Amino acid sequence: MILVNGSEQPDAETVAALLERLGIGAQARGVAVALDGVVLPRSQWRSSPLPPGTRVEVVSAIQGG
Amino acid sequence: MQSKAAEPDAGAALDADELLIAGQRLRSRLLLGSGGFVSFDLLASAVKASGTAVVTVALRRIDPAARGSLIDTLTALDVWVLPNTAGCYTARDAVSTAQLAREALETNWIKLEVIGDEHTLMPDGLELLAAAEQLVADGFVVLPYTTDDPILARRLEDIGCAAVMPLGSPIGSGMGIANPYNISLICGQAGVPVVLDAGVGTASDAALAMELGCAAVLCASAVSRAENPVAMAEAIAAAVHAGRAARLAGRIPRREVANASSPREGMANLAAG
Repeated sequence: MILVNGSEQPDAETVAALLERLGIGAQARGVAVALDGVVLPRSQWRSSPLPPGTRVEVVSAIQGG
Repeated sequence: MQSKAAEPDAGAALDADELLIAGQRLRSRLLLGSGGFVSFDLLASAVKASGTAVVTVALRRIDPAARGSLIDTLTALDVWVLPNTAGCYTARDAVSTAQLAREALETNWIKLEVIGDEHTLMPDGLELLAAAEQLVADGFVVLPYTTDDPILARRLEDIGCAAVMPLGSPIGSGMGIANPYNISLICGQAGVPVVLDAGVGTASDAALAMELGCAAVLCASAVSRAENPVAMAEAIAAAVHAGRAARLAGRIPRREVANASSPREGMANLAAG
């Protein structure tokens, strides 16, 4: 299991695969990902593995400020 | 009509009067927060009415059920999207949020907010300074939301912030500028643009900020929560323009007693008999 935005989810091979499952394409604008508190550049979404237990945060721009 | 000779100069000065932040030319001195608008359509109408060039956004966990794209809406409006670190209480969280924002929005500009408590939403000066220092070192263009403390504002400028953004009064309070004297002091000493951030309730607050010497005004709730947000966006934009023009025109000093504007000499003798 991995922890995605605070809720447990089945493992995914890569960040890109996880995002696809969430309905977020590789070209999605205004989206960023952090793994265990460290920001992961978009260029590494495809290559970066997701070991079980990884804490994944997926954020996007919302109205504010 | 007495001042006619001065008009062309004043007009030219205002026309050439551009807001520059970190070398970036911005077409408006009003920055708009995107928070509080009940729909993207209303946000878009208000952005257009305000003439703003910069709109702030926040970052949150993605909502798979969200409809429409805020970024697409703002991109279509040809405005600069300025992410903030709203909701962060520590320098560490603010720095991480800024890094997420840079990745998400492909901008190294950040409106840095590090608040001290949820009751006042006032900035925590120590955490703010620490976060600003780290972000400047990491290559960010840092626009810190700060208290109206001239010393803290100076420290933020000294460590390399591209602007300082003191609050007029607490976020969303609409109480205007609680301490105009402090805002004026900050404007008087700053070598970077001063942006009045937070507290604007209506047009006159924005005009006062500009008259005190602010380079720009940022507001959100004043527009988004007004009865008619589009009309208020227009009103505040006009106030920012008027306030800036008045600042450049040079107001008369305040006096404690009257100073007649009509000559004292040459009065007709109207005595009876």
